Amino acid sequence: MLAYIIKRILYAIPILIGVNLITFMLFFMVNSPDDMARAQLGAKQVTPDLIQSWKEERGYDKPLFVNTKAQGLSQVSDTLFVQESLKLFTFDFGFSDSNRNIGEDIKERMMPSLSIALPTFLIALITNISLALLLVLFRGSMLDTSMMIIAVMIMSVSGLFYIIAGQVLFSKIWHWVPISGYESGWDGVKFIILPVMIGVFAGIGSGVRWYRSIFLEQINQDYVRTARAKGLSELKVLFGHVLRNGMLPILTGVVVIIPSLFMGSLIMESFFGIPGLGSYTIDAINSQDFAIVKAMVFLGSVLYIIGLILTDISYTLFDPRVKLS
Amino acid sequence: MKLVLLWTDMLVWLLVIALLVWSWIVSRNPQVKKIWHTIFKSSIAMASSVVLLFYLLFTLLDSIHLRLALPAESQKSQEVAYEAEMVSLLDLVFEHNIQNTERTYSAPFATTEYASSIVVDENGVTKQVYLPLKHVSANDDFVKESLFALSLGVLLSSLLVALHIWRRERSRFMLACKEIWQGESDLPWRTAYGTFMLLVVTFTWLYMLSYSYHVLGTDKVGGDVLYQSFKSIRTGVLIGILTTLIMLPVAVILGVSAGLFGGWVDDVIQYLYTTLSSIPGVLLIAAGVLSMQVMMDNNPTWFETTLERSDLRLLFLILILGITSWTGLCRLLRAETLKISQMEFVTAAKAFGVSKLTIIRRHIVPNLMHIILISVVLDFSGLVLAEAVLSYVGVGVDPTMHSWGNMINQARLEMAREPMVWWSLFSAFVFMFILVLAANLFSDRIQRVLDPRNKA
Repeated sequence: MLAYIIKRILYAIPILIGVNLITFMLFFMVNSPDDMARAQLGAKQVTPDLIQSWKEERGYDKPLFVNTKAQGLSQVSDTLFVQESLKLFTFDFGFSDSNRNIGEDIKERMMPSLSIALPTFLIALITNISLALLLVLFRGSMLDTSMMIIAVMIMSVSGLFYIIAGQVLFSKIWHWVPISGYESGWDGVKFIILPVMIGVFAGIGSGVRWYRSIFLEQINQDYVRTARAKGLSELKVLFGHVLRNGMLPILTGVVVIIPSLFMGSLIMESFFGIPGLGSYTIDAINSQDFAIVKAMVFLGSVLYIIGLILTDISYTLFDPRVKLS
Repeated sequence: MKLVLLWTDMLVWLLVIALLVWSWIVSRNPQVKKIWHTIFKSSIAMASSVVLLFYLLFTLLDSIHLRLALPAESQKSQEVAYEAEMVSLLDLVFEHNIQNTERTYSAPFATTEYASSIVVDENGVTKQVYLPLKHVSANDDFVKESLFALSLGVLLSSLLVALHIWRRERSRFMLACKEIWQGESDLPWRTAYGTFMLLVVTFTWLYMLSYSYHVLGTDKVGGDVLYQSFKSIRTGVLIGILTTLIMLPVAVILGVSAGLFGGWVDDVIQYLYTTLSSIPGVLLIAAGVLSMQVMMDNNPTWFETTLERSDLRLLFLILILGITSWTGLCRLLRAETLKISQMEFVTAAKAFGVSKLTIIRRHIVPNLMHIILISVVLDFSGLVLAEAVLSYVGVGVDPTMHSWGNMINQARLEMAREPMVWWSLFSAFVFMFILVLAANLFSDRIQRVLDPRNKA
C-alpha cells in the first residue's frame, strides 16, 4: 500500500512538470519578461536600463529554456523555467503584481472557500443520493417520469440564473438573508446559507440523474434478483445491495473532487462577495495578474492528483477485490 | 453588395457541408438509417430537433456577412465603394431594430422610458416625467396588431407544413394529412409540425410587433433586446458545435492510436491527457484567453474592423475550449478501442493481413460512432452554458460581441436598481434555456437508443 502511494506520488511529478510547462509557455512565450516589465513600470519613460534592473530584481533576466552561457548541467538548470518550477514545487508562490505574498493569501482564503464548498458538497451528496434512491424505488411510476423531466429542466438552466434569482428573491424581496458578505465563525452562517442552497439546487438535476443511472444499472444485476428471490423486502434490497454496490462507481466520481473543494467556486464566491480562493482567482484574471493565476493552476493540479490517489485508496477500503499494485 | 467570409463563417459552412456529406453516407447504410429512424420515433426527439434546427437556421442566417454598396451619388469613380462595416443577413432582417435605438432603458412593450427624467417645461417649472420613447407611438392598437401577426403566423406555418407534407406524400396528400393529424404516422410528425408551428407563430408575433414596439425592452444604451437575443444565437451555437468540430479529430486520432498501438504511443498520449485534465478547466481557459488577449493587443494588424476582431477572438476562444475539452472523449475512446481490438473480428482481420489503417476504418471507427455521437450532443449543451459563465469571469467572447453571457453580465450590474431591470436577464436566460433544453432532451434520446448498456 505504502509502496503504491509512493509510486503514485512519484508518477505525479512528471505530470506537474507538464502542467508547469504549459502554464509557463502560455505566460512567458506570449507575454515575455520585457512586456511584463513594461506593463508593470507603467507609462513612465521606460528605458532599457530600467527594464533590465526590474528583470534582475525579480530574476526574470535569465533565458527561458537553455542557458547557453552556463556550463554542464546548469545550462538547463540556470534558466527561468527551472527556477520558476522549482519555486512552485516548494509551494513558494512568490509575490503578486500588487506585491502581496501569494502563499499567505492562499492560506488565508482557504477557509472561506471551504466553508461554502464543503457544506454544498455534503448536502448535495446526501440529497442527490436519497432522491435517486427514492426514484429507483418508484421506478417507472409517474413520480419517476415527472421528476426526470424536472431534472432535465433544472439541468438546462444556466447556473447564473439560480444565483441571480436566489439573490433577488431571498435577499432583495424577502430580506431573509444578506445579499452578500462573509464573516468567520458562527455569525457567518447567515451569509453561507443562500450560496450553499443555490449550489445544491443547481447541481440537483445532473446529480440525481447520474446516481439514478448508477443504481438502475445495479438493479438489473443477478445478485439483486437473487436477493429478491430470497424474499428480502425491496427496501432491504435497495439499501443492502444496490446502494452498497453502487458506492464503487460513486466513489470514482466523488472522491476525486474532494481535495479540489479547497479551490472554491469562482462564480459563487464572486457573486456573494466571499473572500475565498475562487474570488481571488477571478480578481487575478480580471487584473491579469499572471503570478496568481499560475499559482492557482499549480495548486489546482496538485489537488486533482491528490484526489486521484485518494480515489484509488478508497477503492481498497470499500472493495476487498481491488488490490493496489 | 459583396460577400465577406469571416473565419468562423467559413468553419460554419464547412461544418454544414460535412454534415450533409455525413448524412448522405448515413442514408446509404440501411443499418444506421434504422437507428436514426428509431431515434426519431420519440416525439420528444422530433420536437427538440425542430427547435435545434430553428436555432441552426438563425445561426446560418447570421453567418452570411455582406458589405453593402454605398449609395451611388457618393461614388466618384466607376468602382463600387463598400461600407466599412459588415452586416449579416440577420441584421438585414432586423434592420429596423438596429436603427430604432432609444435613449436608455425601457420595459417590454413600454411607450415611455423606464426611469423618469427631470424636464423644464415652457413655464419654467421643473417636472419629473417619463419621456415617451422615440420609436414607439402611444396610439398603436396592440390587440389588433397581435391578432394580425398571429393569424399571419398561423397561415404561414400551415402553408409551410402543407408544402412539406405534399413534398413527401404527393400521391396521397389528404390521407397523409389525416394520418398525421390522428397521430398514426410512422414518425411522430404531429409533434414536429406542432412545434414548428408554435415556433413560427411566436417568431412572427415577436417580429411583426417589433416594428411598433420594443418587444423585449431596451438596454442601457437603448439597444433592442429582441435583436440582441437573436444575434446571440450564433455565438452560443457556434461555441457549442465548432468546439466539438475542433476537438473531435484530436480526440479520435489520439484515442484510437493509444488504444490500438499501445506501448510508448499509449504512454505519451496518456501522459498528455492526464496532464491537461489535471489543470482546472476554467483556469486553463482563463490562462489561454489571457495570453491570447496579450497576443492580439500586440498584433493589431491582424484585423481591420471590430467585427473581425471579435470574430478572431471567438475563434481563439473556440480553439482554446477545444484544446481543453478533448481529454474526456479521448480517454473513453482509448478504453473502447482497447476493448474492440481484443475482439475476434479484429484478430481475424489482423490474421488475414489487413492493414492497420483499414482495420481502423472498417472495424474500429464504426464501432466508436455511438460514443462520439453521444459525447458531441452532450458537450453541446455544456458549452452553451459555459459561454455565459466564461463571459461573466471575463474570459468569454469579445465584450462588443452579442452573446447571452454578455447580456447577463451587463444586466447584472443593474440588479441593485429599484425596481429591477429584468428583461435583459430574462430574455437571455429564456433563449438559452430553450436551446439547452432541446439539446439535452435530444442527447437523452440518442443515448437511450445508441448506448449498448440500455439494450438489456
